[in-house]
Amino acid sequence: MAITVYVPSDTTARALQADRVAEHIARAAASRSVDVRIVRNGSRGLFWLEPLVEVDTPDGRVAFGPVMPGAVDSLVESGLFDGRQDHELALGLTEEIAYLKQQQRLTFSRIGIIDPLSLEDYTSLRGFHGLRAALARDGQSIVDEVKTSGLRGRGGAAFPTGIKWQTVHDEAPGQKYIVCNADEGDSGTFADRLVMECDPYMLIEGMTIAGLAVGADQGYIYLRSEYPLAHTILNNAIARACEAGYLGDNLLGTDKAFHLEVRLGAGAYICGEETSLLESLEGRRGLVRAKPPLPAIEGLFGRPTVVNNVLSFAAVPFILDQGGQAYADYGMGRSRGTLAIQLAGNVKRGGLVELAFGISLLSLMEDFGGGTLSGRPLKAVQVGGPLGAYLPESQWDNPLDYEGFAAFGGVVGHGGVVMFDDTVDMGDQARFAMEFCTVESCGKCTPCRIGAVRGVEVIDRIRAGENADMNLTLLGELCETMVDGSLCAMGGMTPFPVQSVMEHFPDDLTPRHARVAGGIPC
Amino acid sequence: MSTTSSPAAGAWTPALIQEVIDDHKSMPGAMLPTLHALQDRFGHIPDGAVPLIAETLSCTRADVHGVISFYHHFRTRPAGRSVIHVCRAEACQAVGSRQLEAHIKASLKVDYHQTTPDHEFTLEPVYCLGNCACGPSIRINDDVHGRVTPARFDELADELTTTVVEVK
Ligand SMILES: Cc1cc2nc3c(=O)[nH]c(=O)nc-3n(C[C@H](O)[C@H](O)[C@H](O)COP(=O)(O)O)c2cc1C
Ligand code: SF4
Ligand code: FES
Repeated sequence: MAITVYVPSDTTARALQADRVAEHIARAAASRSVDVRIVRNGSRGLFWLEPLVEVDTPDGRVAFGPVMPGAVDSLVESGLFDGRQDHELALGLTEEIAYLKQQQRLTFSRIGIIDPLSLEDYTSLRGFHGLRAALARDGQSIVDEVKTSGLRGRGGAAFPTGIKWQTVHDEAPGQKYIVCNADEGDSGTFADRLVMECDPYMLIEGMTIAGLAVGADQGYIYLRSEYPLAHTILNNAIARACEAGYLGDNLLGTDKAFHLEVRLGAGAYICGEETSLLESLEGRRGLVRAKPPLPAIEGLFGRPTVVNNVLSFAAVPFILDQGGQAYADYGMGRSRGTLAIQLAGNVKRGGLVELAFGISLLSLMEDFGGGTLSGRPLKAVQVGGPLGAYLPESQWDNPLDYEGFAAFGGVVGHGGVVMFDDTVDMGDQARFAMEFCTVESCGKCTPCRIGAVRGVEVIDRIRAGENADMNLTLLGELCETMVDGSLCAMGGMTPFPVQSVMEHFPDDLTPRHARVAGGIPC
Repeated sequence: MSTTSSPAAGAWTPALIQEVIDDHKSMPGAMLPTLHALQDRFGHIPDGAVPLIAETLSCTRADVHGVISFYHHFRTRPAGRSVIHVCRAEACQAVGSRQLEAHIKASLKVDYHQTTPDHEFTLEPVYCLGNCACGPSIRINDDVHGRVTPARFDELADELTTTVVEVK
C-alpha cells in the first residue's frame, strides 16, 4: 500500500519552499521505488515548523519540520517513509505537539489535516453538517442560533453577528446580498487566508447558511489582490461545490438557492472598511460612505446586505452543527467562543493560536510564542493591526477579550499580535503609522487626508530636534483632531499607535542625535 | 502601437481590449473585474482602454481614470518582466524589512514604482502579504517568499535573471 506523505501548500509553507520539498520527496521515493502518495494539505498554522512534513503511520500522523529542500535526502535516509523518528527534525505525533494540543480549535479544526479542495475530506470531518441543519430550519431560527452563540464580528468592530443578520432578515423580501470581507489588510494577520487556502468549503458553507438565514441568494467574497493563491483555491472550491450541489439553484436538492462569486480588490487598505468595500464592489473608488444608512439596510447596490469577516462566517458551520450554546460555552464575559490569535513579527514560534477568549497576552507570547525570534528582550507589541496601540510591558498581563482590551485603550481587532524586540525604534513606528495613513487614506475627509501628512512632518521635526517640545504638543493636538474629526476608523484610529508611543516610549520620540549622544540605541 | 518593450505585457489593439471589456460588461459592478482582466492580459491598463471602458460601461473617462488611480494595484505603464513587491508592514519591519528594502533598492538601483532600465524588474511596496510569522516577505509575480535576507534576495534575483538567459 502506498505511504501517504503530507506537504503543506499554503502561502507560508510555499514561501518557505514547500513545493521544492514535495518535488525532492517525490524524486527520492521514485529513485528508491517506494510507493508514496504525496498529499498537499493545508497548513496546521504552526508556521515556525513549516514546511511541516507529515507521514501516515498506524499510530497517527507523525511530523518533521522545518524541512528545507536540502534536508529531504537525509530525512529519507533515516527512515522518513517508515515514519521513523530518529532524525533531528522529527517532532513525534503531530497532534501531540504542545502548541497544537493546547489549542481549542473549533473553527480551525480541519486546517492542515485535509486536502483543501477535497470534498470527501471536508465531508468526512463534519463538513456541510451545519448547512444540512440550516436547510431544515427557517431563517429566523438560524438567526436565533447565531444569537445564542454570542458570536461577534471578527473583522475588528466586534458587532454581534446575530443582530446584524436579524436586521437584514427583517427587511422586506427582495434582492439581498451576503458579502464576505476577505480584505485582511492588517499587518500581522493571516487567519482569513488560512481559512480560504486550507478549508475553503467552510467559508462557502458559512456564507450559504447566512444566505438561508436572511433570504439572500447571492454572495460575493471581496478578496485582497495580495492573496493570489487564495484566489485560485476559492475559485476552484466554488466550482466544485456548485458541481456537487452545495451551491447553486437547488442546494442539496432543495428549492433553496445560493450563488457565490469571488471579486478581487486592488491593493487598497481602506477597502477593508465595509462601506468602502461596497463602493469598490460596485465598481467605484473606495470612498467611505457616511453611516447611516447601515449596509444591513442599504448595502450593495442599495439592497440589504450582510457584510461579515471571513472568520465570522467560518464560525457559523460549527454553530449550526453543534448548537450556539456549544460555541458560547467558550470564552469570557461578553466575548464568547474562540479567538484566532495570530502570532507574528519578531516571534520564535509564530503561527495561528485558536483559543477561548481570556488568555493573557504575556502567556501567549511566552508559552506559545516562545519569546522573540532574535532572542533579545521584547520591547513592544502591536495588537489589532496598524491602527492598534503599541503595548508596553505593563500592559502584557491583560487578558485578551474585547471589553478587557477596550478598558485600557487596546484593540483586539482581527487578533494579530506583532512582537518587536528592543532594537525597535518606536519613533520609526509612530512615523510609519502616520505614513501608512497618507498612503491608504481614502481622502474623503480632511483630518485624515491632511492630518496624516502633517503627522509625518511633525514627527520628522521632533526627531530632527526642531522645537521638539512645541512639536510634541502639536502632535498631541493633531492626534486628537484626527480621533475626533475623522469619518471612519482609518483616520480615527491612526493616532492610537502614535499616542501609545508618546505615552509609553517617550524616549524614542526625542531628537535622534540626543539619543545617540546619550548612548541609547536607536 | 505596441508595448513590446516590456516582455511582461501582451501586445494590445483596440479590438483585443474591446474583447476583454465585452467579456465582463454584463457583470454587476463590472469595473474592477474589467480592469483586472485587462491588466492580467496586457501587463498594464493601456491609455487607449479608458475611452472604450467608459463607452461600454456607460460612465465618463474621468470616472475610469479615477478608479484606476485610486487603487495601488493598477498600472498604466508596462511593468518589468518580474514585479517585486516588498512588504513594508509592521510584522515584517519587526524582523528587518527596512534593511531588506534598502538592500533591494540599492542592488536594483531603483526606487518604488520604478522599473530597471533593462525591463527586468519593477519594484513596488506592499502592505502585508499574509506571511507575517515568517517575514521579511516579498512577492515576485505570484510567488510569495518568506524569511528573505539580503543574501536570499540576491539568490532569488539571480535565479530570475538566469531563467531569462535560458529562455532566450
Ligand atoms: C480602515 C478599516 C479597515 C478594515 N479592514 C477590514 C478587513 O480587512 N477585514 C475585515 O473583515 N474588516 C475590516 N474592517 C472592519 C469592517 O469595516 C467591518 O466592520 C467588518 O467587515 C464587519 O464584519 P464582522 O462584523 O464580521 O467583523 C476595517 C475597518 C476599517 C475602519
Ligand atoms: S477617516 Fe480617512 S479613510 Fe476614513 S473616510 Fe475620512 S479620509 Fe477616508
Ligand atoms: S507584515 Fe509583511 S507579510 Fe504581513
